[in-house]
Amino acid sequence: MSHQDVVKSQSQLLQKEMISRNYDRITSGESKVSSTFVPGNLNELLMCFDIANNLPEINAIQNAMRKKSGEMIASAERSGHSEDVCTYVKADIGMMEKGNIAPNGKPFPNPDMLLLSYTGCFTFLKWFELLREQYRCPTVMLHVPYAADGKPTQNMRDYIVKQLKEEVIPLMEQVSGIKFDIDRLREYLRKSALAEDDLVWMLEQSKRKPSPIDCYFGGVYYMGPIFTAFRGTDEAIDYYKMLRAEIEQRIELGLGAQTPEGEMPEEKYRLVVEGPPNWTSFREFWKMFYEMGAVVVASSYTKVGGVYDYDNFRHDPEHPLESLADYCLGVYTNRNLPTRVDMLARNVKEYEADGLLINSIKSCNSFSAGQLVMMREVEKLTGKPGAFIETDLVDPRYFSAANVKNRLESYFQMIDQKRRAGA
Amino acid sequence: MKTFIGIDLGSTTTKAVLMDENRQVLGRGITNSRSNYDVAARVSKQEAKIAARFTLFQNALGSGGGADLLLADLERNFRLEQFLSELNQLEETCNGYLDHERFKDLKGPLREALDSVFKAITAEAPTIYAPGAERKSDFFRDIAGSRFMSLAETVGKQAGISFDVLLNVYDKSIIDIESLVSSDETVSRQLLNGLSRALREVAGVKVSEAAAQQALESVLAQELEETYVVGTGYGRVRLPFPKEHIRSEILCHGLGAHMMFPGTRTVLDIGGQDTKGIQVDENGIVVNFQMNDRCAAGCGRYLGYIADEMNIGLHELGPIAMKATKATRINSTCTVFAGAELRDRMAMGENRADILAGLHRAIMLRAMSILSRSGGVDEEFTFTGGVAKNEAAVKELRQLIFENYGEKTINISAESIYTGALGGASFAHSAVVL
Repeated sequence: MSHQDVVKSQSQLLQKEMISRNYDRITSGESKVSSTFVPGNLNELLMCFDIANNLPEINAIQNAMRKKSGEMIASAERSGHSEDVCTYVKADIGMMEKGNIAPNGKPFPNPDMLLLSYTGCFTFLKWFELLREQYRCPTVMLHVPYAADGKPTQNMRDYIVKQLKEEVIPLMEQVSGIKFDIDRLREYLRKSALAEDDLVWMLEQSKRKPSPIDCYFGGVYYMGPIFTAFRGTDEAIDYYKMLRAEIEQRIELGLGAQTPEGEMPEEKYRLVVEGPPNWTSFREFWKMFYEMGAVVVASSYTKVGGVYDYDNFRHDPEHPLESLADYCLGVYTNRNLPTRVDMLARNVKEYEADGLLINSIKSCNSFSAGQLVMMREVEKLTGKPGAFIETDLVDPRYFSAANVKNRLESYFQMIDQKRRAGA
Repeated sequence: MKTFIGIDLGSTTTKAVLMDENRQVLGRGITNSRSNYDVAARVSKQEAKIAARFTLFQNALGSGGGADLLLADLERNFRLEQFLSELNQLEETCNGYLDHERFKDLKGPLREALDSVFKAITAEAPTIYAPGAERKSDFFRDIAGSRFMSLAETVGKQAGISFDVLLNVYDKSIIDIESLVSSDETVSRQLLNGLSRALREVAGVKVSEAAAQQALESVLAQELEETYVVGTGYGRVRLPFPKEHIRSEILCHGLGAHMMFPGTRTVLDIGGQDTKGIQVDENGIVVNFQMNDRCAAGCGRYLGYIADEMNIGLHELGPIAMKATKATRINSTCTVFAGAELRDRMAMGENRADILAGLHRAIMLRAMSILSRSGGVDEEFTFTGGVAKNEAAVKELRQLIFENYGEKTINISAESIYTGALGGASFAHSAVVL
């Protein structure tokens, strides 16, 4: 299918525009730029200092979807990075080696600061060490303790707030030359919460049958603004309002999920998916699902930036720094395995899914470790069958279409067989 | 009669199983997968029908009175008839190519050379199919090919024709021959001819010639209606069936193993391209599965690669490894590195049998990892796929299962290569009968 033929909604087009505006801002040279990560990012805080938010993971994804990540990874491997290293990292390093060109075709400026929020991914540390080596710019690490007992403690929250006050904010003031204004932060957080309400409404619509949305392949688009450089902006509020109106219309018309080829004709299987998607063959991967009538009704990946539905978190203008701390602590990969199991099992039950599918990512330990155990646990808790497929984030070498399709078909037929046996 | 057929398209071979309304297996057929899955599917189906006719003929004859001897000889003679008929077609096709641009200048001498090669193979044919004769393969391509190569070299030399030219004619022709599927009429004729030969040859058969002829004719007159056909295996999407006739081979292997051994709860299937660990419930329904990904280590192909590296036949690996006094530790299970590992161990003076035992252990360690990820090994355990025929692989597997899961019943069927097709046939049956 050519690009012209791809069915895109108004909200998708708006999002595309927003992303490209952000890249224009980053590459304009007119704003200070901070590189930071998606999970638990501090976008509202960066906004308080007029610092543009550049997210290397998103750059890697953009490059993968444009089929450029393969050569970037090869380049990073030539310069000594092992085959087993996170492929986001290698795509980023390779991009730098190839002139550091942003998706808008303009070169990325060197970042003015690196904001490393550590949220359940050890690789992030090493990644920013490499970037610091490259750019020699001010770097600050926000250490987010792992919520090993399932729930964050007051101690953890205080520890993060202390770091924000003593390390992060002072560096941002120094880089930007702007004094921190907590009321400005409150205002952004108020806006965040507004967009977040619509986002959670959206997530929950896939409880309907048929589900008006796909919460994995479609979900990654719906997540875009809230997890990147737009949380806290009016643009994000408008985007989620528009998305909500679109979904409301789909519900009214009784439509199933939207796919790149139009409406999904029939919803035969409802799945909960754990793990990030594959980006290099995203469209092909998605097609394997909608062609067989499978819709994803909930996914952990749509919680990768922050979790809103599980414990009803919203950014809170009354407790600005504490709420930033809670956001970071609550990131999906910062949760312990029993909590992740509970989230997924609840999703399977509440969204009336046929089972849990795990897309295990070869080069992502923060997601993949423990996934088989999680699958067994969710199977036990829900009585629904699980299945396991393996791909990679942005390394095209690790997407074996025949293998993935074989497993998916087997899984769907297994669900059929179970239904018949149960009927 | 109504029949239900399962076809399993593998990377190496294509298998078919045909069952009746009572889920009784009447016949099994196998052929090489070629590059044409469509033909492979039709050939294997025809082979399963041929086997079904044998079963029906056997039922008609009953046991005793030397019927078994007659059947065995009929089968042998039928294969000979089949071989001669295909050989004849091959010769005609070869001759047809002689008018081509490339060959026409040499047409006369080439025709003579081909004539003497085919005459020689025809003369050898009864020996190839003699009682008790061993054949490395039963596929026409393999038998005719190896004889053609060896005869063409000598004949070509005598006639002053380059071997390459003769080989080229053969290569073109065998592709055409492999795309032919015998018609029911041809099969019937071959069976009747085979029976005449058998009746002439076999002593001690109490069935009268007329009765045997009549029984076979009535079996041949019976229509084997293809009521429902299910396709499985990696080439399944290429099968000329509607989508609902296609099943995943994981489900087919699970169900097939259950049908062979109803107590099965865990299945290990090691085929040419992949290794699957499958858990099934008491009805043969798959509840969990794992398979290898991105890497051929632990698959049948690994052993094929080792055999190539050592310049021995695939079927020789197991027996050599069984002579080992210890298993050499092999660290790399990477198929590509296996060659290097092998040469390294040889250079260090390790015994060939011990190295092979180590390689078998390495492949089984991979399989154990897949099994454990699929949910472990439950009572009973059934091992399927081509590698289940390798005694050294089975020995290592038994050992590893005992070490990791204790004493378990381990089932291996002589017909294990047909497991997927059997499951497919059963799916075909339940699609209609249930």
